[in-house]
Amino acid sequence: MNNLKIKKRLVQDKFMCWGVCLLATLTAIPLFAILGKVLLSGYDQLSWSFFTEPTPTAYKAMKAIEAGEPIPGGIANGIIGTMIMLGMAVVVAVPLGILCGAFLAENSKTRFAQFVSYLTDLLQGTPSVIIGIITYVWVVVPMKGYSAIAGSVALCIMMLPLIVRSTEETLKILPASLKEAGLALGGNKARVMMKVQLPSAFGGIFTGVLLAISRVIGETAPLMFTALGCSFVRFAVDKPISAVPLLIWEFFNDPNLQELIWGASLFLLLFVLLLNLLSKYIAKKWNQ
Amino acid sequence: MESVTPMLEFKKTCISYTKQTMAVKYVSAAIEKNTITAIMGPSGCGKSTLLRAVNLMHNLYPNIRVDGEILLNGENILAMEPIDVRRRVGMVFQRPAPFPTMSIYDNVLSGFALNGIKLSKAEKDAIVEHRLRSVSLWDEVKDVLNKKGTFLSGGQQQRLCIARALAMKPDVLLMDEPTSALDPIATKHIEELLLELQKEVTILIVTHNMGQAKRISSKSMFMYLGELVEYGDTEKLFTNPVDERTKAYLTGKMG
Repeated sequence: MNNLKIKKRLVQDKFMCWGVCLLATLTAIPLFAILGKVLLSGYDQLSWSFFTEPTPTAYKAMKAIEAGEPIPGGIANGIIGTMIMLGMAVVVAVPLGILCGAFLAENSKTRFAQFVSYLTDLLQGTPSVIIGIITYVWVVVPMKGYSAIAGSVALCIMMLPLIVRSTEETLKILPASLKEAGLALGGNKARVMMKVQLPSAFGGIFTGVLLAISRVIGETAPLMFTALGCSFVRFAVDKPISAVPLLIWEFFNDPNLQELIWGASLFLLLFVLLLNLLSKYIAKKWNQ
Repeated sequence: MESVTPMLEFKKTCISYTKQTMAVKYVSAAIEKNTITAIMGPSGCGKSTLLRAVNLMHNLYPNIRVDGEILLNGENILAMEPIDVRRRVGMVFQRPAPFPTMSIYDNVLSGFALNGIKLSKAEKDAIVEHRLRSVSLWDEVKDVLNKKGTFLSGGQQQRLCIARALAMKPDVLLMDEPTSALDPIATKHIEELLLELQKEVTILIVTHNMGQAKRISSKSMFMYLGELVEYGDTEKLFTNPVDERTKAYLTGKMG
């Protein structure tokens, strides 16, 4: 009798275990399907010139398709544009976000901080297309033209809440003794923040920044209103500029260029994957 | 009555976390220079609260009120700038808290960095060696000064924290149960160290451990429910306590 009960429990346990495994596999299927599709279709296009040459004209692409050759050119204009806009956005968003996060962590009980915290949540939930149209009104219209600057403003706004949150959360889980020990040595709040708290929180903050980058690198909608796109490699920040996600959208709309979609998608995916792995690695390294 | 100004003096010090209740009630006591004074009492009696008032740690938490006076060399701490007070009153916490991102070397010097004081390399080297020697840690760590302070054992970390506090040459060193997270051998090391250190700094130590108070302190305070029940020579307090509550605590009937 007793034996039978134990057997029943063991069977239940096995059953649960298999059930959980099955469901976990089910959730992983879309991920692997996406990775597989993008890898298989995009792999052919990856070549040195794909990264170094700008987008071909539709005419050139058409000729190549007619001749049965691979489409010439690549996505260099998009990669450069993405990097320029991301770079500018990071330079502004990281210090601002960290300072705001530090403020929220230190003054979490004040009404103003609670208000800012609430706004941060709201900003995080704001659809990117709305951030795009707002940036259009704020930046593109006064500057009388689409530009890399406008694009980076939109990306910066999207990154801010993520950086603020990760900074705040990381600072809050630091032991209070760390801050008290710093203050007990006679440091003022600013110095203790800069020399003790922020360095101790570096791992979490850096991970937050990397995740923020990987979050906005694929944003298309806000760039349509701001960066517009450009078919050649350009470094000017006050002119329209291209970006990889914008290129994917352009390729989709041009029957002659559709072949290039997968290469560009693969590049984006790999980049995001790399950032995620890097952030995992750093978080692990820092926690040791 | 003594004519010398005591190093530290509590005058009717009251501390409250909420409006209704007082955690420390009208404590008055004078602490002489270069002594070790132990604060004992059961959990929640207000001993840590009293200790933390001395370096104005309570200023960090706006709902805590400190009333009365606390005199450091005759000056009322409660009217001073926290930064000034904390440079003259060092503190060692219950859990060793070396700064995790700094090397052992930088941990010793962190007080200077946090006060924005620039030192030459030679000065730095001298201070680090001197302070690590005075906490008898130098021989153990002299070859790994660039390693993170968190690589050390708990007892070593706590000695590093003491070195860090001493580097600022404080008049008073506050210790909040500094050995409660350590094993007996590390505790013994720290106790020996404190006996040595009282030559240069006045030590106020909160301890749960009556044996420890007996071993190292010359004066002891016994606190109960926020009141300073008894304060006097350690030997007398342990052998011949005046108050019934002290007697009950010492014999293990209370706390």
